[in-house]
Amino acid sequence: MKTALPLTEALLYLNGVTVSFDGFKALNDLSLVVDEGELRTIIGPNGAGKTTMMDVVTGKTRPQSGEVFFRGAADLSRLDEAEIANLGIGRKFQRPTVFENLTVFENLELSLADSRSTWRTLFAHLTPARRDRVAATLARIGLTEQSGQPAGSLSHGQKQWLEIGMLLIHDRTLLLLDEPVAGMTDHETEETAELILDLAKDRTIVVVEHDMAFVRSLGARVTVLHEGAVLAEGSVDHVQNHPRVIEVYLGR
Amino acid sequence: MPVFPGRRHKNAWSPGFWAGFAACGTLLLLAVPTLNFWVPPDAPAALPDYVVPLLGKYLCYGLLALSLDLVWGYAGILSLGHGAFFALGGYCMGMYLMRQIGTRGVYGNPLLPDFMVFLNWKELPWFWWGFDHFAYAAAMMMLVPGLLALVFGWLAFRSRVTGVYLSIITQAMTYALMLAFFRNDMGFGGNNGMTDYKDILGWDVHQPSTRLGLYIASALALGLGYLSCRYITASKLGRVLLALRDAESRVRFLGYSVTNAKLFVFTVSAVLAGLAGALYVPQVGIINPSEFSPGNSIEIAIWVSVGGRGTLIGAIVGAVLVNLAKTWLTGAAPETWLFVLGALFVLTTLVFPRGIVGLLQRPSRFRVRAPAPVPAGEQA
Repeated sequence: MKTALPLTEALLYLNGVTVSFDGFKALNDLSLVVDEGELRTIIGPNGAGKTTMMDVVTGKTRPQSGEVFFRGAADLSRLDEAEIANLGIGRKFQRPTVFENLTVFENLELSLADSRSTWRTLFAHLTPARRDRVAATLARIGLTEQSGQPAGSLSHGQKQWLEIGMLLIHDRTLLLLDEPVAGMTDHETEETAELILDLAKDRTIVVVEHDMAFVRSLGARVTVLHEGAVLAEGSVDHVQNHPRVIEVYLGR
Repeated sequence: MPVFPGRRHKNAWSPGFWAGFAACGTLLLLAVPTLNFWVPPDAPAALPDYVVPLLGKYLCYGLLALSLDLVWGYAGILSLGHGAFFALGGYCMGMYLMRQIGTRGVYGNPLLPDFMVFLNWKELPWFWWGFDHFAYAAAMMMLVPGLLALVFGWLAFRSRVTGVYLSIITQAMTYALMLAFFRNDMGFGGNNGMTDYKDILGWDVHQPSTRLGLYIASALALGLGYLSCRYITASKLGRVLLALRDAESRVRFLGYSVTNAKLFVFTVSAVLAGLAGALYVPQVGIINPSEFSPGNSIEIAIWVSVGGRGTLIGAIVGAVLVNLAKTWLTGAAPETWLFVLGALFVLTTLVFPRGIVGLLQRPSRFRVRAPAPVPAGEQA
């Protein structure tokens, strides 16, 4: 294996990745390249492999074959979830998963870019600098007033925002957002689009989404997945006019 | 600077807490010795000698329950094998006490405990070496349970065994140990266990003053154990534990090692349970394999849920109250005890899932739901 060699300039590089569950190929020889600083949207019908692709990148699922490289060097298919997270890859799940019994503040505190070692965590102190950072993030996601509430008491949209805040506060290099506007009101969707565009200025973001209006409002390069492989790639207009895409996905 | 009310544990070490802690400590460490030792035995307020080791026993149970609450209430690890760590600590103490008997045993052998002479053994097995020194034995009381927890926990948590499955294998662990310790050729006294102790650190274990000393040691151990658990649960690690109790995989995606966090509290918990067992043995005067029985470990979980899971203090309250009831009922109407215990468990699960302490506290601002109700399968 040519593991240690930087193979590519790309930030995220998937090559020939195959994942099958009991014979069903969730990912079928998928290859995908995301450059540093890029904002990428990924669309595709149900079962196209969008979430499985994120599972592979974040270490939740191991591919049967293929390579997944981060910064051209780290082979993600050999690392576990925590190791991958510590490389600077953050993920927002489809269903908002915040820690419901912790307060909003505590959710952000756990997401701060501090040492993850069990021992250091035991003796960690909340310094003024860290508290300010939490305060700044609270302000940015508009949850300052809810700071002391248990996260479980937030509305659905607020939970989505808190989860984005948890990614934000860590200053990760690559963010994977799985359906960030699912279940949001139109107004919340607009605000989320603005937030993502703002975040994309200084990091790489991959967004998986169903909502075409939202994808259009991001105005980013679009990759269409179908049956575990890339069907088309390009601007929103390009893929929307692509005959195969219309046939499998948009046309119905 | 803006004030954030979001920190649940900012007052973990408030003056109010220390006042309450000091009050409890004074009650345990001053009232009991005074009433037992300095008040004349015929005065109405005098505490009879037989009560002191009984109270000491309850405190050991309190420490044991506290150790289970640390892993169950905060990390969602329902260990149904904590009796094993308790018994191992107890056996280490038993081995020390056996070595103190010396030539005063029935067979008068200066080196071998009676049961070894009886089995016709000629020399002391290697794993009994060093147990005549208290310091070595004391280290083993914590190291043996701690090491077992470290190895067992590493295997289980690394393979991501959680929920009922973990509960079942912890039951299997304590059951296997029980069967092993029942065997005579294990070298721990078989089904009779170890008893007939004479001295501890040169003091006669039957003397009221020694028993008072053991009681005080139990109270100190409980106090220190409580402070340690409170420190852990109030730290950032405590919040990582609560987080992984509710959403384990999400904690991984944040970059925390779930395996290490669980392993840490599980090992600390086993050490505390071992310490409780070590203090328990000289006060009850015997250790035998029945301490490993799976039923004992399940009973600990009942103490914790009756008192209030995830509250630390509730575990201690539950252990003491349930055992007070047990002492009274097994004297007054022995055949009803198991029914009462079962009914208690059903009641706590269905009617007051937050336990006695939960009933007393005003509804918590922080808990959305009651701390996940009792059933073993919760985390699966």
